Amino acid sequence: MENGRPAASEYFQRQVRWHPLEYAVWLAALLPFVLTPSHLSLASQIAITALFALSLDLLVGYAGLVSLGHAAFFGMGAYTAGLIAKHYWGEPLSVLLISGIFAGVLGYAMSHVIVRFRHLALIMLTLGFGLLLHEAANSASALTGGADGLQGFKYTSVLGFKFDMYGRAAYAYSLAVLFICFLVARRIIHSPFGLALRGIRENAVRMPAIGAPSLSHLRKAYTLAAVVAGVAGALLTQTTSTVSLEVLSFGRSADVLVILILGGAGRLYGGILGAVIYMVARDQFSGINPQYWYFWIGLLLVAVVMFLPNGILGGLSALYKKTQ
Amino acid sequence: MLSTKKLNKRFGSLVVAKDIALDLPRGVRYALIGPNGAGKTTLINLMTGMVRPDSGQIFLGGKELTSLRPEARVRQGLARTFQINTLFPQLTALESVALAVLERQGISRVWWKSLPGYREAIDEAHDILVSLHLKTVANRLTRELPYGQQRLLEIALALATKPRVLLLDEPAAGVPKDESAELFAAISGLSRDLTVLFIEHDMDVVFRFASRILVMVGGRILVEGSPEEIAGNYEVREVYLGKARHG
Amino acid sequence: MLSSLAAVLFDGFAYGMLLFLLSVGLSVTLGMMNFVNLAHCSFAMVGGYTTVMLMNKLGWPFFATLPMAFVTAAVIAVVLERVLYRRLYRATDLDQCLLTIGIVFISVAAFAWFFTTEQQSTRIPEYLRATLQFMGVNFAVYRVFLVVVSLAVTGVLIYSLEYTRFGAQVRAAVDNQRMARGLGINVDRAFMITFALGGGLAGLGGALAIEIIGLDPSFALTYLVYVLIVVAVGGLGSIGGSFAAAVVLGISDMAGKYYFPWLGAFLIYLVMVGLLMWRPVGLFGKR
Repeated sequence: MENGRPAASEYFQRQVRWHPLEYAVWLAALLPFVLTPSHLSLASQIAITALFALSLDLLVGYAGLVSLGHAAFFGMGAYTAGLIAKHYWGEPLSVLLISGIFAGVLGYAMSHVIVRFRHLALIMLTLGFGLLLHEAANSASALTGGADGLQGFKYTSVLGFKFDMYGRAAYAYSLAVLFICFLVARRIIHSPFGLALRGIRENAVRMPAIGAPSLSHLRKAYTLAAVVAGVAGALLTQTTSTVSLEVLSFGRSADVLVILILGGAGRLYGGILGAVIYMVARDQFSGINPQYWYFWIGLLLVAVVMFLPNGILGGLSALYKKTQ
Repeated sequence: MLSTKKLNKRFGSLVVAKDIALDLPRGVRYALIGPNGAGKTTLINLMTGMVRPDSGQIFLGGKELTSLRPEARVRQGLARTFQINTLFPQLTALESVALAVLERQGISRVWWKSLPGYREAIDEAHDILVSLHLKTVANRLTRELPYGQQRLLEIALALATKPRVLLLDEPAAGVPKDESAELFAAISGLSRDLTVLFIEHDMDVVFRFASRILVMVGGRILVEGSPEEIAGNYEVREVYLGKARHG
Repeated sequence: MLSSLAAVLFDGFAYGMLLFLLSVGLSVTLGMMNFVNLAHCSFAMVGGYTTVMLMNKLGWPFFATLPMAFVTAAVIAVVLERVLYRRLYRATDLDQCLLTIGIVFISVAAFAWFFTTEQQSTRIPEYLRATLQFMGVNFAVYRVFLVVVSLAVTGVLIYSLEYTRFGAQVRAAVDNQRMARGLGINVDRAFMITFALGGGLAGLGGALAIEIIGLDPSFALTYLVYVLIVVAVGGLGSIGGSFAAAVVLGISDMAGKYYFPWLGAFLIYLVMVGLLMWRPVGLFGKR
């Protein structure tokens, strides 16, 4: 028995352990119920966006891929949830699961094509798939309602709690789903598969040289990310009882990318932090002309890329290391 | 153990491999030498599957590898290191080697269980690091390691795949003379069952650590033999060793 | 029936020529430095708005504004390259995408601020507004003019690439950057000049485009997709590839709008995805 071995496992155990700050973050997530009870619908939006950003983090932050079309899965989940409620039944939990699965199937199918590409071809393919789905939904207006969106359905309650205009049930539901998916994501990241994804990100060339089936790993990452994104989309549909064509737009894909980078990719909480900041800011400046909003977002993007390439969490972590 | 038959490759009009026929038996330490541009790294790329040959076959332990993808060849027991460090900068040394171990064991597809639960794999990774004197830096990020230790980590990654044949591409590249001795001591300390082929330019090292030498020039194997035979070979002296005399 | 087909083909070809002008700069610079510049169509906007401002505010004649559109866009491109872009040549694809998307957002907002979101128009000379009749088909003179200018530009590009020393340097840098540096070619300077030329051409394209597809601040985003399709499908670093891809895209888009209007842009995206899957480096790309 070599000494140093216990220390070896200890490193991995330390990674998995919950940091006290994490408890604080999740407890703070309960504050809106008490502190800002009139803004609970905004809180729901933040939770849903955070979940969406978390799903993208798996691809961008951990596997190191670029995706300009992640809204495809979000929209898939959103429309599925709407269509099931419109034509079949409106029980949220079962529909949530099914929507996630449908989005996952789409992700699995697309992944067979996408994972073989890098650089510009990858960027174009993700962009292209997103645009294709958006166009298809636009044209298939008999099914989707086209540019007017999907209407004529309603989600009334979840587990007996009514979706009212105060948004309490909606936020509780969204937060619960976010937390559960977060736990799943945390598991994935600290699993052997998560390590393999980081390996692909760090050096894609070395992976085959250690016997790793990179393409298989990437397909799995895509599928998992698609499921979570689909769940986020379905959540949006269920808490608002509408689906607009915008859920499939390039704007949504770009927004979630900005949010993730702002918070810091590859750090598990980056998407959540980014979502909070972005959505709160957008709410505060909601009177502003959208064009000017994007001016500041553009400036922010340039600043983050030039000065804070690992996002806010990355900057904080670097600052923390410096003070050690 | 590792053999090739009539391996050929050209890039346009540049012939980088011509009728390469090798047969490396088990446990032997081979040095592959030759002038720059002779095609040594390309040969390793051909054997590991990173480059597809125009014609020819590759066998490992009797099994044909020619149509297999690089990762499949690794699983058959053929591993290599890179001349330029090809490591995982933001993974620790332990994480990197553990990843290789987990890939070998097929556990890397598991996304629902945490890493600490795989004690055996982590311990194995730790043992490999210990055997290469990397124990003290196990939890340091790869990009923070000094160059010499990164070269050792290169080898650790390859060893984690439990290869039957190990191809080392200039393992001591860029390592100062005093440190390279330690590196080669580690290499010679490798299991006697393991077939090792290393590309090297330093003749002292070659004559000390290799039991057989392959000389490659212009994409062809010029000659193969024991160190004494090679040292005494007129052609080799002319083409390679003798260049220093004539300037 | 046949005459409408000929009209669609010609209009599509002219549109393709416009796309070529807009895209060729991006294709060459991407091929040279692998820098993903999603802000390329912002240069086109610069050229377009320069023309608008010179014509409408200062009363310049149309033809005089064209060189100015080229120059202004080229200058802005160089400034951007020197100040921001060159720090990110070794950065990840993602970082380059994000930086340049940020610049697109900024440019869109800036032009909306100064010029409002209204569609801009130009006062082109009377003789350019006419139509020619040939073999029973109507050819808009402006489109003919567009085709002539584009072909002339193509000719100049190919000539300088093949027969000048600078062109040889560009070709070398596109082919193998490390080798080119090793041979003593000042790749950074060559890139800066190429970037300026590419930006200038985009500016020229933007100015010429006003009459055909209009100009408003969303131009940088709307046409970015088309330009990216041309570049990706044509192959990075290939002038011929951009030309071919632009023509195919232009004609397909026109034909699609004319014969299958319900399909919308679906056909274009489908063709692009399919082509990239078949040949990921583009039709004329290398590697």
